Amino acid sequence: MTVKKLGLKQRYAHMTRGLDWETTYQPMDKVFPYDSFEGIKIKDWSAWEDPFRLTMDAYWKFQAEKERKLYAVLDAFAQSNGQTKISDGRYANVVKLFLTGISPEEYQAHRGFAFVGRHMRGVGPRVAAQMQSLDELRHIQTQIHTISHYNKFFDGISEFPHMHDRVWYLSVPKSFFDDARTAGPFEYMIAIGFAFEYVLTNLLFVPFMSGAAYNGDMSTVTFGFSAQSDESRHMTLGIEVIKFLLEQHPDNLPIVQKWVDKWFWRGHKVLGIVAMMMDYMLPKKVMSWREAWDIYFTEAGGSLFQDLARYGLRPPKYAEQATFEADHVSHQNWAVFYQYTHAAAFHTWAPDREHLDWLSEKYPTTFDKYYRPRWEMWAEMAKSGKRFYNMALPQLCQTCQIPMAYTEPSDPTTTCFRHSKFRGETYHFCSDGCKDIFDDEPEKFAQAWLPVHQIFQGNCGGATVPDVLKYYRMNVGADNMDYVGSPDEALWNSWQAGAIKAAE
Amino acid sequence: MTQVASLTLQHNDDARPIIEAILADNDGARVLSMPGAVKIDRDMELVVNRASVEARLGRVWDPQEIHLVLISMAGNLDEDDDAFKVSWKH
Repeated sequence: MTVKKLGLKQRYAHMTRGLDWETTYQPMDKVFPYDSFEGIKIKDWSAWEDPFRLTMDAYWKFQAEKERKLYAVLDAFAQSNGQTKISDGRYANVVKLFLTGISPEEYQAHRGFAFVGRHMRGVGPRVAAQMQSLDELRHIQTQIHTISHYNKFFDGISEFPHMHDRVWYLSVPKSFFDDARTAGPFEYMIAIGFAFEYVLTNLLFVPFMSGAAYNGDMSTVTFGFSAQSDESRHMTLGIEVIKFLLEQHPDNLPIVQKWVDKWFWRGHKVLGIVAMMMDYMLPKKVMSWREAWDIYFTEAGGSLFQDLARYGLRPPKYAEQATFEADHVSHQNWAVFYQYTHAAAFHTWAPDREHLDWLSEKYPTTFDKYYRPRWEMWAEMAKSGKRFYNMALPQLCQTCQIPMAYTEPSDPTTTCFRHSKFRGETYHFCSDGCKDIFDDEPEKFAQAWLPVHQIFQGNCGGATVPDVLKYYRMNVGADNMDYVGSPDEALWNSWQAGAIKAAE
Repeated sequence: MTQVASLTLQHNDDARPIIEAILADNDGARVLSMPGAVKIDRDMELVVNRASVEARLGRVWDPQEIHLVLISMAGNLDEDDDAFKVSWKH
C-alpha cells in the first residue's frame, strides 16, 4: 500500500496551526499588551493566510542552501583578489554607503520583527515575523562578512556601527527605523512590512545589486541577491498584513491609510541616497533613478494600489509629489555630499563631461536647466584652486533629518521650508509630507536627536569640525574628502599600474 | 491601467530553466534584462509550472526551490505542489 503524501497546503496547515493556546495563568491582554492601543480591530486571527506556505523545516533547508552558495562565492572573491577587478576605485564608495547606511537597518529590522513576532496575538503573523526576524539577522551578518574583505583595502568602513549612531547623514536611515520600532506592532508591520518591503524595497536592492553585477563586484551581487530572495517572502508578508487589516474591520481603513501615507513619504526620503548612488556613484551605470522609479513605483505600485482600491485604500497622499521629485532628488543629494565632503565617510567627485552628458540625456527636463550649470561652475572653481566646501552646519528637517536641500514643488530654484509651532517651539521641515507627519505626532518628533542641534548643544565632541569628526571616529584625510587625491585612489592606481606592467 | 504581474529572477544557471519555462508557458510575457537579473512581466498573471521546469531540468523540481533564485515579485501569490503563480485576478 502506498501512503498518500499530503499536499503543500495541508502540510503547511498541520505544521503551523493549532500550536497556539489561550493563556490561563494570565489574561491574554496582559500577555499581549501592545496589540490594542493603536486602535486596530481584529475579529478573527485565524483568517490570516500565509501565501508562502513555508514550514520551518523547509525554511532551514533553503536558507542553508543560500548560505552555502553565498560563502563559496565570498571565498572565491577573496582568494582571487576580486577587489582589484571592480570597474573603478570609485565603486568602493558604493559599498561603504551600503554598509554604513543600510546594513545597520537590517539589524534594526531584525529587532523590529522579533518584537512583532512576540507581540502579535495571532500565530500566523507571529511565525512569519519570526522568520523575517531571522532573515534580517542573516542579512546584516552576511553583509558584514562580505564587506569586511573591502575593509582590508579601502578606508571609511571600519567604524560603521559607531558612525551609525552619530554621523549626520546616517541619522536619516537610523531615525527612520527608530520611528518604526517605537511604534506599535501594527504600525511597524505597515511601515516596514508593507510600505518599505513591498512598495519600496525593489528600488533599494535591485539597483544596488544590478549595479554591483555591472561593476565587477561579485561578492556584493551575491549577498544582495541572497538577501533579496528572502525579500520576496517579506513582500508577500507585507501585502498579506495590509489585506488582513483591511478585511478585519472597516474602522481599520483610516488608520492604515494614515500609516501608508506616512511611511511611503518617509521611505521615499530615505531612498534618496539610492537615487544618488545610481546616478552619481556607479562608475558603470545600470539605469537612472528616474527609470527605476517608473518601473518600480509608477508601474508596480500602480498595479498594487489598483488592487487595494477594492478595500477603499487610495495611493499614498504624496505619491505624485514623489514622482515629480524623481527628476531632482539625486542631483540635490549628491550636491549636498559634494559640499560636505569633509564630513562624509566616503569619497565624492564632480561628474566628468561624459557623466554630465549621460545625466543630460536621462533627465532632459531638469538637468541642463537646473543642475548642469552648478556642476560646471564647481568644476571651474576646483580647477582654479577654489574647490567649494560648505563650512556652515545645515538646518535639518525635524522629521526626515535630511538637510534642507530640497526645492518647492512648484519651483526648483527655491528651497522649500515649512514650519510648525508646538509647545512654544518652532520646528522646521523640508516638505509638506514631513510637516504632516510631525503635526500628527508632535510629541514623538519633538524628541528627535538631530545631529546638527546636538553639535550646537555641545554633545558631539566639541565646537569645531575637527572635534566633531574625531567624535565620529572619522580618519581625516583617508575616510573623507574627494576621491581624487585619496589613499583609496593611490591604491587603486597602483593596482592598475601593476596590471599594466604584468601585461607588458 | 493594466496591472502587471511580475517575477524577477537571478540570471544564473539555476534560474535558466525556470526562466525558459515561464516564457514558454505565458503568452505575451515581456523580458527586461538587467546585469545579473531578469525581470519578467505579463499583464495580470504569471505562472511557473512544475512540470514545465522539470521537463527542462531533467529532474524532480519542487516549486519552493524558486526561493533560491527569486529576487522580487508583483501580484498576489498562490503556491501549491504544481505551480507558483502571481496574479492580480480575483
